[in-house]
Amino acid sequence: MSDQALSRRRSKYTPRTAPEGERLATSAMIASLDSEGRETIAAPFGHALVDLARDREDIVGLTADLSKYTDLHVFAKAYPDRFYQMGMAEAVMISAAAGLAREGFTPFATTYAVFASRRAYDFIIMAIAEENLPVRIVCALPGLTTGYGPSHQATEDLAIMRGMPNLTIIDPCDAVEIDQATRAIVDHPGPVYMRLLRGNVPNVLGEYGYQFKLGQAQMLRDGRDVLFVSSGFMTMRVLDAARKLQADGVDCGVLHVPTIKPLDTATIVAEAGKGGRLVVTAENHSVTGGLGEAVAATLMRAGVHVPFRQIGLPDAFLDAGALPTLHDQYGISVDAVTASVKSWL
Amino acid sequence: MHKATAKSGSNVSLARRAWAIRRNALLMGEVQGQGYIGQALGVADVLAVSYFHAMTYRPDDPEWEGRDRFLLSIGHYAIALYAALIEADILPDAEIGTYGMDDSRMPMSGMAAYTPGMEITGGSLGHGLGIAVGMALGLKRKKNPAFVYNMLSDGELGEGSTWEAVMSAVQWKLDNLIAIVDFNDQQADGKSTAALAQVPEIRRWAAFGWFAQEVDGNDIDALVAAFDAARTHTGAQPRVIICNTTMCKGIPFLEQREITHFVRVEPEEWARALDILDAEIPQ
Repeated sequence: MSDQALSRRRSKYTPRTAPEGERLATSAMIASLDSEGRETIAAPFGHALVDLARDREDIVGLTADLSKYTDLHVFAKAYPDRFYQMGMAEAVMISAAAGLAREGFTPFATTYAVFASRRAYDFIIMAIAEENLPVRIVCALPGLTTGYGPSHQATEDLAIMRGMPNLTIIDPCDAVEIDQATRAIVDHPGPVYMRLLRGNVPNVLGEYGYQFKLGQAQMLRDGRDVLFVSSGFMTMRVLDAARKLQADGVDCGVLHVPTIKPLDTATIVAEAGKGGRLVVTAENHSVTGGLGEAVAATLMRAGVHVPFRQIGLPDAFLDAGALPTLHDQYGISVDAVTASVKSWL
Repeated sequence: MHKATAKSGSNVSLARRAWAIRRNALLMGEVQGQGYIGQALGVADVLAVSYFHAMTYRPDDPEWEGRDRFLLSIGHYAIALYAALIEADILPDAEIGTYGMDDSRMPMSGMAAYTPGMEITGGSLGHGLGIAVGMALGLKRKKNPAFVYNMLSDGELGEGSTWEAVMSAVQWKLDNLIAIVDFNDQQADGKSTAALAQVPEIRRWAAFGWFAQEVDGNDIDALVAAFDAARTHTGAQPRVIICNTTMCKGIPFLEQREITHFVRVEPEEWARALDILDAEIPQ
């Protein structure tokens, strides 16, 4: 390789300096968050949809060449005549979903979060949201759930989608919530953008007797010192961090906020407004334009002035690599969250 | 004030319908002192054949399930479609004077939520054909024999999403989908063929697998034949009619003007254009 090419590479990327034996391999694209050593449930979205579709002739599924990677293949196998393989063409997939909704159907359209939010935005906002059509857009690889780099890491999808009027946005935590949320959104009168964990998805909320309610934030545990306000899989991270912090005498509450829009501002204000706690938002998303800034604005508007910190991904194009490495590097692993909170107390 | 004199019943000729559509459009243009009148005059014959020959619908029930769906991709052509919807009694004559005004049901760019008979919100180009694919799929699921028509412009063919939909319609064998391309070779910055449109445009559509026809879009007999062929063709494939139209058709002094995407009309010229139209009322 020429010097010039090498220097360009070097200027682009500074390698991490992990010891040789500790370097991890990038997992395959289809890898799910199953390395947590906890119980998992297979393809919760796909199975919930199949279950729903049994009594609902109006439910149809569309994908842009990613049925296997969004668990829609489960639906496709069960209801082949209600499944539309639209090819690698997100614009027509979204537009066709709008057309099917106009004809009275309830389309679930799937792709990766990067492609829906970046490539298909104009089609979602004009063909679906402006008409308030009941299309459900369900997207895998939210935030930092792949080590493939910025082409597949949807680190800013919530920032993009939050600006869209009429759109309901859900960032579910685990398999239990994905199953419940899929059932909860089926009759929602407007469009929904739901982030998806696919494959073998951890069961975290089962032990809390949790029931997803559209638009509602829920306290999963209470605590005197810290209030985590979290969404998506970061709720499982902060629940684990809360246990670790408990051992160190730090009492952490966890307010889980699966519906990013419309935001449950009443509950957020009520919990943060109790005072005496450090409020820490935690999201699998850029710190720009996601849950953290939404919560900050909510508190400012309500006149709630409390100590506030954000855990989230940096406003940057993230590195490629193995997820555990990247989650540590960018501060969203359990250890990183725990260390951050300790440093702020 | 000119009085509308077109409507009278089912035996009205298509030429007369096209005349009335042009007239309605000019009246609306006069209200605002502007509008995409060049496109409206150009496409009036295509709309006349669509609404008074080809399509099935109920004027008093624009959302009737059995209707043929007409999707206007090109939101700025709204003035043309309003003119047709008024002639079709889907919109009342009395609203002509509200065109583009506050609280009107006829905004400058076509939007579904505002206007009876406006099936989709156009304006962001490259959306209509994809939505048409979905509606055609939906109609097939419901075993509803209605057609989906999508009117798009030659400039809109530059949008990649249009071609996603072109491919998809073939893949799903959408024989209930009829695309109508208004080919006037004008887009915002100049000639469409100097951008991404082609002559003859028909070749690309045929190559993609569509039943493709190209006609003089200001020749009513040719349009009738093309629409009939599109509806009765037995191939399991979508259909397209490339309609070569002349901007400002029917008003010679405007036709001869240097033609641009947005034709400028001086205040006194609206009345002059109406006089020209009224001097020769088709039977």
